[in-house]
Amino acid sequence: MKVEIVGGLVAASLVVAAIAIGSGGLRHFDPALTHYAFASVIAAFAVAYRYGGWLGRPPTRRLLRRVLELALERGFARQGAHAAGLAAARLGAQSFIARRSRLRWVTHFCLSWGSMLAFAITFPLVFGWVHFETAPTEAETYRAVLFGIVLDDFSVHSWKAFAAFNALNLSAILVLVGVALALYRRLREAGDFAVQQLAVDILPLVLLFAVSATGLLLTISSRALGGGGYPFFAVTHAATVIALLLYLPFGKLFHAVQRPAHVGIGLYKRAAASGAAARCVRCGAAFASAMQVADLKHVLGALAIEPRFADGLHYQDVCPGCRRRLLALNQGRLVGR
Amino acid sequence: MEFFLDPSRCIGCQACVRACAECDTHAGRPMIHLEYVDRALSPQTAPVVCMHCEDPTCAQVCPADAIKQTEDGVVMSALAERCIGCSNCVLACPFGVPRYVPERDQMMKCDLCYDRTSLGKMPMCATVCPSGALTYGPPEVIERLRRERSVRSFRFGAQEVRTHVGLMAPAGTAEIDVDVASFIAAEPEPMRKIA
Repeated sequence: MKVEIVGGLVAASLVVAAIAIGSGGLRHFDPALTHYAFASVIAAFAVAYRYGGWLGRPPTRRLLRRVLELALERGFARQGAHAAGLAAARLGAQSFIARRSRLRWVTHFCLSWGSMLAFAITFPLVFGWVHFETAPTEAETYRAVLFGIVLDDFSVHSWKAFAAFNALNLSAILVLVGVALALYRRLREAGDFAVQQLAVDILPLVLLFAVSATGLLLTISSRALGGGGYPFFAVTHAATVIALLLYLPFGKLFHAVQRPAHVGIGLYKRAAASGAAARCVRCGAAFASAMQVADLKHVLGALAIEPRFADGLHYQDVCPGCRRRLLALNQGRLVGR
Repeated sequence: MEFFLDPSRCIGCQACVRACAECDTHAGRPMIHLEYVDRALSPQTAPVVCMHCEDPTCAQVCPADAIKQTEDGVVMSALAERCIGCSNCVLACPFGVPRYVPERDQMMKCDLCYDRTSLGKMPMCATVCPSGALTYGPPEVIERLRRERSVRSFRFGAQEVRTHVGLMAPAGTAEIDVDVASFIAAEPEPMRKIA
C-alpha cells in the first residue's frame, strides 16, 4: 500500500480515536454536529495523503532529513529554541509577508488568524472535547468542560460568557475583513490581476466568505430576526464548512499545512551560512553553501537528472552567473561571433 | 508567437533591463539578466531570460512545490504563499535564471511578461531591444529574416533540456551541447555583472 494512503488512514483513525476518547466515549459528542465530524475525518485523510506525497518528493525529503540531522548534530534544545523564534516571526507574526506588502500582511493576518481561531473553537466543539453545561445549583452559571475536566464556571452575563459566545463571530468578522482586503488588492494590483485564476485564487476567498457570512447570519438570525431563516442558514453554513474542509487538501489553503517548512529552511540557512562555501569551478567565486550544493546534487540524482560531464565536472559546481555566460559563449562560438 | 534569444546580437544598451522593470508581475524589479560575457577580454554583453523549459529543473528541485507552469508552458515565479526562499531553484537552473529576492524572501524570475503575452502582446524586453537580441514573433517571420535557426534543445553533460524559448544557432544545429571545459580559464577571475 502506498505510504500516502497509510498516512491518510492513520490520520483519519487518529481523528476518530480522538473523537471517541476526547468526548468521553461519545457521551459529550453532539449528534447534531455529526456531518462536521464526518467531513473532518475525510479532510484528515486527504490532508495527510497529500502531505505524505509532498514529503515524499526528493527535495522535500532531503530538506526534512537535513533539518533532522542538524537537530541531532547541534542539539534539539538549541535548534528548538531557534525554531521557536522563527515560528513566532514567520508563522505567528508573519513578518515576511509585511516585507512583501503591508496591505498583503494585514489581509493575510486577518484571514489566517481568523481561520485559525475558528478552527481552534470549532474542532474541539465538534469532536466533543469541549462542552458547556449549566451549573447544577445556578441556572445562570455556565460551566466549560474540557475532556471531562471542569475548566471554569462563569455567569452568562459576564465578559467571559460574552467572549465565549462571540469568539466565532469575531473570527468570522476577521475573515470577512481579510476577504474584502484580498479582493480589493486583487482588483487593484495589475500583476496579481494578470496571473490570478478563478479556481486557485478566487474560490478559496469565496469559500471563506461563504463560511463566515453564513456563520454570522446564524447569530443575526437568533438575535435580530427572532430565529427567522435559522434552519436555512444552519444548513447553508454546514454545507459551506464541509466544502471548505474538503477543499483544504486540494487547493491554495493547503499552504497553511506546508508553511512550517519555512521554519525548517531558516534552520537550514543558518547552518549553511556557518559552513563551508561552494566555489565556482570557472570563476572561483563563492556562490552558495557547500552543504546546499551537495544536497542539490543528491536531489538531482534522485530525480534522474545528471548534469555531469564526461570529464567528471558537475554543472552544480558552476555558479549561476557563469551558466548565463556559458550560454552566450557557446552560442557565440556556434555562430562565429 | 515565440521568443528568440540571440546573445551575439546584444549591444549592452540595457534597454531590456529598464523595460523589464516595468512589467506588472514584478513591478520595479528587472528579472532579465545582462552579463558581460568575458569582461577581461571583450565588451560583449549577453541578455538571459527564462528559457521556459518543458520540464523545468527549478520546479523539480523546489521543496515547497511552489513553481508552476501555465497551460501554455510559461514557468511562473514561485507562488508567494508556498515559496520558502531556499534558493534551490536559483542554484539548479541550468540557465542561471531565477533570482532570490531577500526583501520578499521569495524566488522571482522572468515570467515572459505574462500580463502582456497572455493578451497577445510582446514581452517588455523584446519591445525595446534595438538589435534583435531579444525577439518575439511568429517563427516564419524570424526564419525569413535570419540566417540562424532557433534551437530549443540543450545538453548539460548528461542532462537534456527542452525549452519553449529558442536560442539562435546556425541552420542545421539540432541541439546545443553546452561546453564548460573550453571556457574555464587557467587563472579564474571573478566576472562583473551589469544587472
